Amino acid sequence: MAETKYDLIVIGAGPGGYVAAIRAAQLGLKAAIIEREHLGGICLNWGCIPTKALLRTSEIKHYLDNASDFGLSAKDIDFDLKKVVSRSRKIAGQLNTGVKGLLKKNKVVTIMGEATLKGKGGVSVKADGKTTELQAKNIILATGARARELPHLKADGKLIWTYKHAMTPEVMPKSLLVVGSGAIGLEFASFYRDMGAEVTIVEMMDRILPVEDEEVSAFAKKQFEKQGMKIVLNASVEKVDIKKNSVTATIKGKDGKTETQTFDRMILAIGITGNVENLGLEEAGVKVERGHVVTDEWGRTAATGIWAIGDVAGAPWLAHKASHEGVIAVEKIAGIKGLHPMRKDLIPGCTYSRPQVASVGLTEAKAKEAGYKIKVGKFPFIGNGKAIALGEPEGFVKTIFDEKTGELLGAHMIGAEVTELIQGYVVAKSLETTEAELMHTIFPHPTLSEMMHESVLDAYGRAIHY
Amino acid sequence: MPIEILMPALSPTMETGTLAKWLVSEGDTVSSGDIIAEIETDKATMEVEAIDEGRIGKILVADGTEEVPVNAVIAILLEEGEDESALDAAVAKSSGSKDKAAKKTDIPSRDVADDKSDEEQPKATGNESKPDSDSEPEEKAKAPAAPTTEEGERVFASPLARRMAQQAGLDLASVTGSGPKGRIVKADIEDAMGKAVPAAKDQAAAATAPAIGAPDFTPPADVPYDEVKLSGMRKVIAKRMTQSKSHVPHFYLTVDVALDKMMAQRKDLNARLEEDGVRISVNDFIIRACALALKKVPQANAMFAGDKAYMFKRQDISVAVAVEGGLVTPIVRDAGSKGLAEISREMKELAGRAQEGKLVPEDYQGGTFSISNLGMYGIREFGAVINPPQGAILAVGAGEKRAVVVDDAVAVRLMMSVTLAVDHRVMDGAIGADFLKAFKGFIEDPITMLL
Repeated sequence: MAETKYDLIVIGAGPGGYVAAIRAAQLGLKAAIIEREHLGGICLNWGCIPTKALLRTSEIKHYLDNASDFGLSAKDIDFDLKKVVSRSRKIAGQLNTGVKGLLKKNKVVTIMGEATLKGKGGVSVKADGKTTELQAKNIILATGARARELPHLKADGKLIWTYKHAMTPEVMPKSLLVVGSGAIGLEFASFYRDMGAEVTIVEMMDRILPVEDEEVSAFAKKQFEKQGMKIVLNASVEKVDIKKNSVTATIKGKDGKTETQTFDRMILAIGITGNVENLGLEEAGVKVERGHVVTDEWGRTAATGIWAIGDVAGAPWLAHKASHEGVIAVEKIAGIKGLHPMRKDLIPGCTYSRPQVASVGLTEAKAKEAGYKIKVGKFPFIGNGKAIALGEPEGFVKTIFDEKTGELLGAHMIGAEVTELIQGYVVAKSLETTEAELMHTIFPHPTLSEMMHESVLDAYGRAIHY
Repeated sequence: MPIEILMPALSPTMETGTLAKWLVSEGDTVSSGDIIAEIETDKATMEVEAIDEGRIGKILVADGTEEVPVNAVIAILLEEGEDESALDAAVAKSSGSKDKAAKKTDIPSRDVADDKSDEEQPKATGNESKPDSDSEPEEKAKAPAAPTTEEGERVFASPLARRMAQQAGLDLASVTGSGPKGRIVKADIEDAMGKAVPAAKDQAAAATAPAIGAPDFTPPADVPYDEVKLSGMRKVIAKRMTQSKSHVPHFYLTVDVALDKMMAQRKDLNARLEEDGVRISVNDFIIRACALALKKVPQANAMFAGDKAYMFKRQDISVAVAVEGGLVTPIVRDAGSKGLAEISREMKELAGRAQEGKLVPEDYQGGTFSISNLGMYGIREFGAVINPPQGAILAVGAGEKRAVVVDDAVAVRLMMSVTLAVDHRVMDGAIGADFLKAFKGFIEDPITMLL
């Protein structure tokens, strides 16, 4: 008879859940993790990682298409979509096995099945028609989220896709409509555009990447349009007619006028909604609002002993946020002293489109709104030797400081490889550096990171190379 | 549980001391009240008594060790039935014990009192050293490896926290760090300042949990009361005075001043000025005497600013004026270069506008030194709370006839007691005493105010 009593049961083995379970085991808690589909969750199986694999393909194709810029010649550039997708799937599979090993190594009990809360620390797990009753002192909900759909906009997996279908295309669409211009929408738009599709993006707000700094949004829009994408702002898809091998979308613009257009495929990227169903949340006393579990700053739900982390606990929907919340919740459960709740202004955000976008902290508008008097620095890729050598002269690095204290309030970047650069600012911000320490930091030459230095210098009127 | 014996504080300001001599050895049995060690500061040697019974399990700080931080664990006492195996855990644990008060060892309270009065005596050298953990890396480096706390060592703070503390005139050593290993971070400075910066709403919300030891503001259930909403002024007073009393180490110096000559002078001057409609008050004399004394002892016209101090070259005197619902402190600027008549006119005008609530920020923002006079209420003497970031405030009592000894005979004199409250971070007893000596000189011989 397997063990049924645990210190901690984690429901959901995505980047929030499995990290929480491993941390719990490290702290000496007897931990079990329940997963209904696959270890690693969306991130690893249907999100972050497999899309990066696809985007690597489209990036290389883009280089090949422009090989002559680098003195190379490449002829008959073509792709085998099946192989492109299978590479992506193989990578996901490899990491999935990795997570299994990590859990085992840390002596976390992994249980495959569907979990339901039974109250008073009880959890029942259904698998293969059998039900097992488990008991835990604490339970962490890490069930994640799924693509949001609207009554008139539902994915069918054939012509209308969510991220999951968009990741495993069987044919390359000639024309594609992407609804929504957040990170997910733009990454697919970028992939399909570089692979040769005609891409149209419809965004409800007045700019793409609405959570990013306005200057970044504007710059990104120009770049995507230069690549041949069509971007319609302040617009929504009112109606979709599904034809045999195409969809006709009725798009309503700002002025209220509608326009119909036909596409081979359509991707829904209009946000996500928490997986809160069939878990017995209501009976257990867990409060749910607008599709997400309500928690305090430590991840506690309204029900004692039940915690929630990651996507199911609300925005921002990012794997690294989920992992961090998981660690904080577990450490709180373990009674570790001197903990701090997660600070949202320290969560970096990355979009892996071409160009890449990365940011941390407040945007210029948000900083002003919060009442700060700010100093803003900006440095363009064209002023950086390494960027020019790479053939990537488009983009900029923007930094925002509190004029009074010199606190780095936010950093916003767009251009090649910025997703790898942002962490420098995140460390700086976490350690509470001011402009002075950043100015005194020696950045290696020649690197793209020099722009991070120059941007700080520029905020104080001291940029050297521009 | 083994009991930790902590380094006691001989005086409220003591931060470190020398463990001169152990009077017991490891393995000795002690009972409550036994003298177990001698510790000394530059001022006194004191005996440490055992508070609990037990056996000395381990001595952690050796004889003759200098600069042992207050509350550092100096030895471990084993209770009956405990053996050495209990020591390891206790020794390991002791590294995190700096917050514990020195309750477990104590010294006779008489000695504390003696030492305190000593503290406030102006010393001939006028140069008491006050350890400042932020500015003495060299001295700290030579300190022996204290077995336990980091107290008295380098203060760990984020660059942002350092800058914010400096801007707020906050001493980092007085702030408790909540970051990794007690590092002081932005949130700690905000807590210390009692406010949150605008954008920190998220953190502010997270910090709404009551602080440990925060008073319970619920009124007793059976006592009838009126609830009065605090005015803006009241809130500012509450905040600033709390900040001052909790972060500024005050000490007080009192001196008696004979007023007879000054009163005669005042009568004479007022008779002459009657035509001009000027009437010089005792307070005007006090303002001028303060300003001149500050000119003479500029070290008393000082402000503490983290890693530095400012010595002001102009005497801007803030004068507390009671108004409906609180008080304000309008400033007589550059009082050191103003005559009595001018000070009198200016003060009258400022006090009038204060009563009418018509002061503008320029009237009360700034100031290098404060005067609070409760003489008109018959208060004999009192200690005032420093008005930060200023370094001192003079509390003035009533002028009254007292029997005093003059030339070995009892005489009646019109006397006034004044008490100077001083920020010990920026001034020591000797400087305060110098200032009061100069002040007394001007009041008792007012003709010198003309010089």
